[in-house]
Amino acid sequence: MKRLLPYIAVAFFASVPLWLQDQYFLHTLVVTGIFVIAAMSLNLLLGYTGQLSLGHVAFFGIGAYVSALTSLGFSVEIFGLQITHEPWPAVIGVLFGTIVAGLCGYVIGKLAFRVRGAYFVIVTISFAEVVRLVSLNWVELTNGPLALPGIPPLTLGFEWTGYATLWGKAQNYYVVLATIVLAYILIKRLVNSPYGRAMIALRENETLAVSVGISVTKYLVLAAVLSGAMAGVAGGLYAHYIQIIDPMIFMFLNTVTMVIMVITGGKGTLAGPLVGGLIFGIAPVVLRSYVGPEVQWILYGLLMILIVFVLPQGIVPAIERWFTRKGGSASASKPAGLVLESSKGARS
Amino acid sequence: MLEISNLVCRYGKVTALKGISLKVPAKQLVVLVGANGAGKSTTLRAISGLVPAASGKITFDGEDITGMSAGRILSLGIAHCPEGRRVFSQMTVLENLEMGCYLRSDSKGIASDLDHIFSLFPRLAERRRQVAGTLSGGEQQMLAIGRAMMSRPKLIMFDEPSLGLAPNIVAQTFDIIQGIRESGTTVLMVEQNAYAALDMCNYAYLLEAGTMALEGPGEKLINDPHVREAYLGAGLAHA
Repeated sequence: MKRLLPYIAVAFFASVPLWLQDQYFLHTLVVTGIFVIAAMSLNLLLGYTGQLSLGHVAFFGIGAYVSALTSLGFSVEIFGLQITHEPWPAVIGVLFGTIVAGLCGYVIGKLAFRVRGAYFVIVTISFAEVVRLVSLNWVELTNGPLALPGIPPLTLGFEWTGYATLWGKAQNYYVVLATIVLAYILIKRLVNSPYGRAMIALRENETLAVSVGISVTKYLVLAAVLSGAMAGVAGGLYAHYIQIIDPMIFMFLNTVTMVIMVITGGKGTLAGPLVGGLIFGIAPVVLRSYVGPEVQWILYGLLMILIVFVLPQGIVPAIERWFTRKGGSASASKPAGLVLESSKGARS
Repeated sequence: MLEISNLVCRYGKVTALKGISLKVPAKQLVVLVGANGAGKSTTLRAISGLVPAASGKITFDGEDITGMSAGRILSLGIAHCPEGRRVFSQMTVLENLEMGCYLRSDSKGIASDLDHIFSLFPRLAERRRQVAGTLSGGEQQMLAIGRAMMSRPKLIMFDEPSLGLAPNIVAQTFDIIQGIRESGTTVLMVEQNAYAALDMCNYAYLLEAGTMALEGPGEKLINDPHVREAYLGAGLAHA
């Protein structure tokens, strides 16, 4: 059952555009999906290496801006040097956005992991703020608060297949879904590889990890690069889907949303950001007809506090434990939820 | 095998080691005793590259390892069992052991070493899929020792192996450490339980406030009036 669950989920979500009539709700799902990718990238840092990045939106925004500017073209003057860039295809834009966001992850990782814990949090917040100010004030490049309009949608295809430009919501939905599946597989493989083991070991017991020969900086920087790049992909998809971006993209609230998605879903679990992302992506839309946005924020606050108190590990580990208790009642003498392997047999 | 000369280590302004020298000959069990804060753990941490040396020299098998990275030192054959939380508590027993050979890539050798450790510690074999945090204190200690052995070290360093363990487990742990030495691996051990440690060692050093106060074979330290007074309790209840 557990092994089949991801396939069932993918099949279900792939069928959604076929029967969902409400275009607005489909739009909500696309944006939610983009945020799920961002939350998955944050989970890589927060969940697997234990480092909280409160400036994660910076990578998302950098991905969006770099992707938008690559595909729109720009002309700026730096130190008397005129740099002009002709528009390139949107796909190349997303690729560049990913690379630049990953490079930023490298720089931030190299700088910030000399100091960890609270200092890392501060460095990431400052980084996001600096990037936001740049996007706001470098008007020549970013158009500042006037926003970058008219970003072309993604065009997919090869010379021998013909090209398709993704104007529709359903098409974008499938691109986002495919990206989520890809990101999920990537993270799953990473976590089960020696690299992922090293990251988890560092989170659990750094002294011990170093004493078995794991290089702290190497693995934390690697996590930061992958996390930044993945957030950059999400940003790029966002820019080409919404087709307009402004410095509001760097709002602290966006980071907080990602953190809430990861923590409620279950940090350090593969499915956590997916579950948390779906809840906090869809809830605002569903709730809108009943309560106003201001009241909603209060409700989320309450929900967050409730979850932290009742399910401190998050929703996904809680559900897993519940299933273990049900399936593992034969081996009731052992503490439930801790005897992972033996109960897996009972479940499948 | 391991030789330290005039090692100085500082944590910020505090000098933890004020120029110590010690020798660990091959296939012997050398013990480092001393009070809290004397610099025992710092010595081990300096050897395994977790703390930088301010000055002095550490050589292992004739090679200067001062300033090398922890990974490099481990791959030369020095394993370190740190004190306190000894295992990765959310990983399974098997995963913990695999972490011990993180730097190795010979899968055949790893498999045979795993079998060897499971035969030494049948309890671990039974619980190989269990999460390490749910093991008893003694089992966690066995796991930590097993993990250290997985890197096929020439020298194993134990930091307070008896800390927080039940008395019968302490005796068992010392038996295992003795067994490791008898099988040809050199051991350097830091221990609060001074009497037991001095009793089983080939040679011992006494650290006091960052300097070597005394050295000699175990019996010499046990019979030293100062050691009896300060570290063994004047009444010497266990004698």
